[in-house]
Amino acid sequence: MKIKVRLFATLREGRGKEQINTYEDGTTVLQIIESLDIPVEDVAILLINGRDGLLDTPLAEGDTVSIFPPVGGG
Amino acid sequence: MLGKAKVCILGCGGLGGYVIEMLSRIGIGSLTLVDGDVYDVTNLNRQLYSSPTCLGESKALIACERVKEINDGVKVEYISEYIHQDNAHSILKGHDIVIDALDNIETKRFISNQCQIIGIPMIYGAIAGWYGQVSTIFPGDRTMEQLYKSSSAKGKEQELGNPSFTPACIASIQVSEAIKLLTNKGEVLRNKFLFMNLLDNEYEIFTLQ
Repeated sequence: MKIKVRLFATLREGRGKEQINTYEDGTTVLQIIESLDIPVEDVAILLINGRDGLLDTPLAEGDTVSIFPPVGGG
Repeated sequence: MLGKAKVCILGCGGLGGYVIEMLSRIGIGSLTLVDGDVYDVTNLNRQLYSSPTCLGESKALIACERVKEINDGVKVEYISEYIHQDNAHSILKGHDIVIDALDNIETKRFISNQCQIIGIPMIYGAIAGWYGQVSTIFPGDRTMEQLYKSSSAKGKEQELGNPSFTPACIASIQVSEAIKLLTNKGEVLRNKFLFMNLLDNEYEIFTLQ
């Protein structure tokens, strides 16, 4: 299944703004994050098709996953 | 409406300095400025009220003096303490809005919880390098959980630092959100967040539900 991953801020380093990759059916968000070498503590905001999502959600063909790193300064 | 409003600003540094300046000039009735820190040479690149002559002085105190200087119609109080479990309730209660100008994720989460308990809306703001986020969180909203999924999150600001323009932009949006809440005008970023990327000029609002 084809999944679009949108990356924000520092997560773009070495990965680009957006990737469309093919994964096995039922691949979870966590598996995708691991395949991109993103440490799980670097996932602060996670959206699946524009809505708040969970790491263990299995994805479907055409889904878009958006990942933001932690931003916490002031 | 604005003349009767009571706003608490947590943090008088990067975001806080600009927030306080703008709220004072707009003329909010009463401001409570909270910060346990003192000015340091590393603050000079972005903290509005920092200057070479006030290094080592209380950020909250200096900010308070500035408010009195620019608008003596504003009732202002300062608290030179870090906010924590033992003083949060007494500091926050009685305010109409809390503005998050805190510099770390752990305290932001803690304050969000406190505001939920006390029943006050909080205007969240966070910066890291070229990037920033704003959201308006009402009691009952799950926003903070959705903004920081990992309990061991380390903010990227620790690696990137913060240039002067980033807190200025995010603070401006936070102040705009506050004024909209107080005057019941326009639309606030509730159950949403604005993600600002000044490096690539991307400004996008995402829904959190």
